[in-house]
Order: sequence, then C-alpha cells, then structure tokens
Amino acid sequence: MATTADLAQPLPEPRRAARGRSYLSDEVTIVSWLTTTDHKRIGVMFFVATTLAFALGGFFAMLLRLEHLTPGPTLVDAMTYNRMFTLHGVIMVFLFLVPSIPTAFGNFVLPMMIGAKDVAFPRLNLASFYVYLTGATLVLYSMFANGLDTGWTFYTPYSAQSPSAVVPAVTGVFIVGMSSILTGLNFIVTVHTLRSRGLGWLKLPLFVWAIYATSIIQVLATPVLGMSLALVGLDHALDLGIFDPARGGDPVLFQHLFWFYSHPAVYIMILPSMGVISELVCTYSRKNPKSYKAIAYSSLGIAAVGFLTWGHHLFVAGISVFDAGAFGILSMLVGIFSAIKVFTWIGTMRRGSIVLSTPMVYVCTFLFLFVFGGMTGIAFATTSLDVHWHDTYFVVAHFHFIMVGGALAGWLGALHYWWPKITGRLYSERWGLLASALVFAGFVTTFFPQFLLGNAGMPRRYFEYPAKFQVLHVMSTLGATILAAGLLITLIYLLASLFSKERAGNNPWRSAGFEWRTSSPPPKHNFTALLDVSRGAYDYTELPAEEEAADP
Amino acid sequence: MTWIRWLLFLPPGASTFADGIDLLHFAVISVTMVGATGVAFVALWYLMRYRRRAPLAPTALLQASLLGEVTIIGSILGLFVIFWVIGFVQYVDIESPPADAIEVQVTAKQWMWKFSYADERRSINVLTVPVGRPVRLTMTSRDVIHSFFVPAFRIKQDVVPGRYVTAWFQATSPGSYDIYCAEYCGISHSRMLATVNVLAAADYEQWLSTRNDTSLLAAEDFERAGGTGELDRSDLAEQGRAVAARRECLACHTIDGQPHVGPTWRGLFDATVPLEGNLTVIADEAYLTRSMMDPMADVHRGFRPVMPTYQGILTAPEAAAIVEYIKTLRAGGIEPSVQLPTDAGAGARD
Repeated sequence: MATTADLAQPLPEPRRAARGRSYLSDEVTIVSWLTTTDHKRIGVMFFVATTLAFALGGFFAMLLRLEHLTPGPTLVDAMTYNRMFTLHGVIMVFLFLVPSIPTAFGNFVLPMMIGAKDVAFPRLNLASFYVYLTGATLVLYSMFANGLDTGWTFYTPYSAQSPSAVVPAVTGVFIVGMSSILTGLNFIVTVHTLRSRGLGWLKLPLFVWAIYATSIIQVLATPVLGMSLALVGLDHALDLGIFDPARGGDPVLFQHLFWFYSHPAVYIMILPSMGVISELVCTYSRKNPKSYKAIAYSSLGIAAVGFLTWGHHLFVAGISVFDAGAFGILSMLVGIFSAIKVFTWIGTMRRGSIVLSTPMVYVCTFLFLFVFGGMTGIAFATTSLDVHWHDTYFVVAHFHFIMVGGALAGWLGALHYWWPKITGRLYSERWGLLASALVFAGFVTTFFPQFLLGNAGMPRRYFEYPAKFQVLHVMSTLGATILAAGLLITLIYLLASLFSKERAGNNPWRSAGFEWRTSSPPPKHNFTALLDVSRGAYDYTELPAEEEAADP
Repeated sequence: MTWIRWLLFLPPGASTFADGIDLLHFAVISVTMVGATGVAFVALWYLMRYRRRAPLAPTALLQASLLGEVTIIGSILGLFVIFWVIGFVQYVDIESPPADAIEVQVTAKQWMWKFSYADERRSINVLTVPVGRPVRLTMTSRDVIHSFFVPAFRIKQDVVPGRYVTAWFQATSPGSYDIYCAEYCGISHSRMLATVNVLAAADYEQWLSTRNDTSLLAAEDFERAGGTGELDRSDLAEQGRAVAARRECLACHTIDGQPHVGPTWRGLFDATVPLEGNLTVIADEAYLTRSMMDPMADVHRGFRPVMPTYQGILTAPEAAAIVEYIKTLRAGGIEPSVQLPTDAGAGARD
C-alpha cells in the first residue's frame, strides 16, 4: 500500500511523540475545546450544538403529532400549537438542517479530504461557531419571550403584526445566517487554496464538490434572507409598513425575497447530503463512481439552476401565468440534475462488492425518499397540480420526504460512516441496522399518510381539522413514534460505544478515501506525512489496508 | 375517475377542472411510485447480486458511457416536459376566467369569508352558485393574506390585501362543498371555514328571487360584521372611478392622455415611468399603490412634487379599486375632447 508505506517512513523525532496522540487527547481541558481553532474540534462542537437543536425541533414535532390525534384540541390551545409548528420549522431549518452536515462533517473531514491540516481561516471558523450560538440563543429566547407564531416562512403582512416575539426570532435567524456565510466562505477559500500537492479539481472527493457547491449558495443567497428578515424585523419593531399594502407596500414582494434564499436553501440542506451519499456508495460498494464528472458537475448545476426556481412557491400567490410556466420548467431542470446523481449512484453499485451495513441502509433510505419526494416535486412543477396541493399536507409530506428525509438520511449515514474517524470507536452494527430500519419505517409511516391528507384537501398549519381526516393523522402520529424510537436507539448505542474499550482501527471500512489515510481519530494536524494522492480516492482496483490502531 | 379518486383519497370532483387535473395527478403519481420503487428495487437487486463475497475482492474501474447517460437523462427530461405541457395548459385554463361568468365579490378577513353578489345581496361564509355556469370570484383581503381553497373544485387562490385577485370555476354537480383558508392567517386560521352551495338551475332561479335565505344578510348586519361597505357593488373599475372622483384624484390626473398637475392615467398601467436621475420604474400595482400612499417616493420626472399622501384617507380596498380603474385606461384610448383649463384642480394641490 503506497499510503501506508509513506506513513510508515521514518520521520524526525516529533512524529514519534505525536503518534497515539489524537486531536482528542492532545489537550483535554474544557478551555482548550472552547478556544480551539482545530477544525475537527469545531466540527465536533457544531455537531453537539446542531444535534441539540435537532432534539428540540424533534420534541416540538412529536407534540404537534400528538396534538393531531384528535380533530379538536388535544393537548394544547391554538396559539400554543401555532407557536410550536413555527418553532419546529425555524429550529429544524435554520438551526439544524442548514448547518448540520457542512458545519459538523464538512468541518471535520473536508480539510482531511484535501490533505490540509486545517481550514483556510481557523479563527474565523471558531468565530462562526460562536456566531451560531449567539443566533441560536436569540431564537431560543424568542421561544420564552411570547413565542413566535408566523410560521417559519414569516409571511407578511401577518408577521409584521403578529402578537409574538418576531424581532428576537428574526434577529437570531439573521445572526445564524452570518455563521452560515462565514463557514461557506471558509470552505470556498480552503478548497481553492489548501489542496494537497497534485490534487487537481477532478481528483477531489465528491463530498468536497458538494460542500463547495453548497458554500457558493450559502455565500450568495443568505444575504438576501438577512435583508428580507431585517425588513420584517424593522417593520414589526418600528411599524414602518414596508410590506403593508395600506401604505404602498407589497406583501408578495416579501415572498419573492424570502424564497430567493429559501428555495436555494433547500439545496444547502440536500447537497451536502448528496455528497455524503456519493462517499458512502463508493466505500460500501468498493467501487469507483460510475461517472465522477456527472456527480461533480451536477452539484454545480443544482447550485446554479437552484437560484432560478423560487417562483414555484408562488403559483397561487398571484404571479403572472408566464412566470408560473417559466418557473415550472426551470424547477424540472433541477430535477434532472438530481436524477443524474441518482442514476450514477445506482450505476456505481453495479459490479461492486457491496456490504449492507448501517450507512448503506441510509443510502437506500435516501434513494427511496429522495426519488419519491423528488418526483412529487416534478408533480408540483406541472403548475396545475400545484394549485390543489399548495399549502396542504401534500406539500408538507413532499418537503419532508425530499428535504428532511434526504438530509436526515445523509446526516445519519455520515454520522455512522465517520463515527470511527471522529471517535476511534465502532458502534454496534446490530443495533445500527435495527435503528436504521426503524427510522426508514417510521419516516415513511409518518409522511406517506400526509400525502394522502393533502390529496384529500387538508390544509397545513391547521390546529383543528374536520373529523374525516383523523385516521390518516393517527397513522402519521404512529409513524412519528416509530421514527423517534429509531433515533433514540441510535443516540443510546452511539453514546454507549464511547465507553467501549474496543478500538475501531484506522480504516475499519477499508475506504480508499483520503480522510482515511491517517489514524482514527486523527492527530492534531491531521497527517503526519504529506498526503499521497497518486492513488485516487475511489480506486478499489487494489484493497486499502485495514491499518492497525495507533499506539494506545 | 371514481376509482382513481378513491385510490388517491381525492375529494369528489365537482368542477370542470377536476377530471383533467385528477387524470394528470394519477399519471404523474403512478410514474413517481413506479420510479421510486423501481430505483429501490434495482438498488436492492444490486445489493444481493453484487454482495461482498470475498472480504478482500477488488473491483474494476468502470465508467458510464456518455451515450448511456445522455439517453437516460434525455428520456427523463422528455417525460418531464410532457407533464409540464399538460399541466401548464390546465393552469392557463384555471387562470383565465371566461367573459360571461357570474361575478361574485369575495372579501376575506380574520377569520371569515364574505360574499357579495351582483344584485347587492350578501352572505357570510356561505357562497351560493348555480351548476353548469362559470363563476368568477373577485377577491381581496382586509388584513393579512388568506387563501381561497375549494378542494372539490381543485382551485386555490391567495387573497392578498391591497390587491384584487380573481379565480373562477364552473361547478358540475349540485351539492355542498368545503371552503378552507389555506394560508396561515393567525390564531383561528383553522376555523376560517366556509361552504359553497351549488344549486341546480331551477333551484338557483328560485334562490335569486328569494329574500328569506338564512345565509343572506341585511346590509346593516354585513356592515356590523366589518363588511366592505360601498365597494360591494358590481364593477371594480367603476368603483375605482367613483372613488377617484370622490377623492378628487381626477382633479389633477386626467383620463384622456393629457398631462395635467399630475401625469395622466391613460396608458399609465404597465408603462415605464421616468424618475429623477435617469431612473425608471414600471407602473405596476405596487408602484401605483405606493404613489397614493407615499407620493414623494418616486415622482414622475417633469412633474412637481405636490401630491398629498392618501395614507389613512383611502382604505386598502379603495386604493386597489383605483388601481383596477387605472388598469382599464389602456393607451391609445379616447381623443382629448376638452382642452383642460390650466387652473383646474388647483384647489386639490394642498
């Protein structure tokens, strides 16, 4: 193995000392974590923070589902329900889905995937974490300061006059957006400037391409979200009437501005997940991607065309017929780029050497949810069907399948795949398979009935609903319970693995990926020798060694 | 159709749109199901067929052929375009009310629907229409955005404050159907429900002459419930003209193409308005409304900034009605019949 041989080259004295010292054991004080500029530690801190946000958003989701067990009031009153669905959306989108994969796994593995010892701006990276925490704290503050009941979309003019804590909430989201921009900028510069010697663009791991494309969207689109939310906040605080039609404002303009960010934001959430899937398919099939360029360039294609589709959220908002048609066909074009990826992943599995491990179950989960959810997206883009489905449970089911399901499957897959890399421990494969099966079954049982609810005409954001919809709502709640069980089991066995004495070894999956060509967990500066890229990240014509664990 | 609706949990189809939309729905969803399941099955088949037999077996480097990729992608794109063409044709139909439609004005407010008919009868939360005749709804909101949604008709239209929006349908079978508000509008959003009663021709004729339908409200009661007042009459543009006359807009703005104290309204809508400093703006609904409420924001080049604000004077429906009126004054209309006296409208300047 060329790589192992290189790593085994005798090196000057410090290497000996560094050996066995990982980024985890280098310094162990709390201060050393809170002030670290190590991308790996920042990634871990982001992971903990975003996972807590996920838990809180999930808690609200569970309450929403329980509330819908009966058509009338079940647990809470209408205002509390409205606050819960709003906070569920705000927390899940801005505090979990948007940052989750880039800030946690992107931070952890991207520099290693390009053979760098850190990101381009390590201190900015740490600043991004604290900016995120500040924003998240403000959003949580709004939860206690009268809550927020505008829906995560903040539609005007309601949001300008809502009797809830709009100002702290939009300020919080604004600040979280800053964090998103800082991280995106850091990754762009890192990929441009810190690639290892000989690592050309077309040799980059596909996860890097995905994060790169995501970062471009983050840097270009997030300022528009910031501006529009700032206007809503000013409107609410100072009664400026910016979007108030009685004073010459245009409430639909806000929707254009909001979706100009928030539609590309869907790709901010899903592209990193696609990058993860590309890595997982290759590693667990031990196979090169069927078409590297197709996957890499389609990420850029999605990023570019994703900016031109926002109008499909406004088909019934009163836009012109021409606009509706144009946004419809452009939305389908994004679907084509996604289809290219799906077929390439499937093609990659062909003639591979596949093992069905937990991350591979998440790959299959991703494929099913993404293709089904994506095709319902195509259905929405056929304009006339959108009219009936718009703002019903069908759209709720659609974006939970494609965006949440896709992002979540990628996130869970990444978590399992890189768990040994990050912690040096192996999780229980048996529990992993069980939990991933529960997550899949729970997810489909939760949201499939919601497609049917939408068909039947059930509008979203309804506290009470006609009794004829109850059976489907109860099924959906049952599914949510299964999903929650799967996630809880995952949490338990992952935490348990931290206390296991058994070490994972440096490369338990025998992946050819660059990030696996160093010890697990990696040393503070990632590599103890220059990364040798002469053997590609997806070359399985020869099997990489399952290196021994580093010295204890 | 019945079994398609049963299978997809769709409500009964009670408008002329329903059959076409449901057929397309069925076709698209079938392809979706087959596609997603197909992809999942191919993945499962590969999982078994190419399962890891030897722990150390290497694999060959394989590359997709360009032809293969282009064929797959091209055929999928073709399929999408077919869906889009059919769907867009249907959408154009939904967005194009016929000229001979029965007119009903709809006012949405937190949290009720108000309907007023051409014969000045009004009702709250009950819309009565005949079967087999197109009905055109002209809708506005008094507060926040609502959305008019009749699942059985497969129509939905956001109702935006400060704008008049239209929707239309032609019911195909008598009965009572649910109307929901589909855009989140505050605490009682889920109680903003109404009913559309579709009557057979004879019943409708009878209803037109009756005065003791319990759903009908006297004008005073309608007012007390926050009704739309004088705007609840037949023609919007006509109302806009009346408001413009009453508020003396026409003292400074002509409707025959002559510039006066202010720019003429003839041909103003959708025109490119020159501003100071080589800027321009399109005179759309937003610009026209803004010019009433904040006239100093974007003053037409060549006119003195003398217009007072009408904020707090014009209500949102009144402003929207004036916009509707200006929309009807397309360019190239009437010849100026009267040369305006130069001091006309001087009193309205202050």
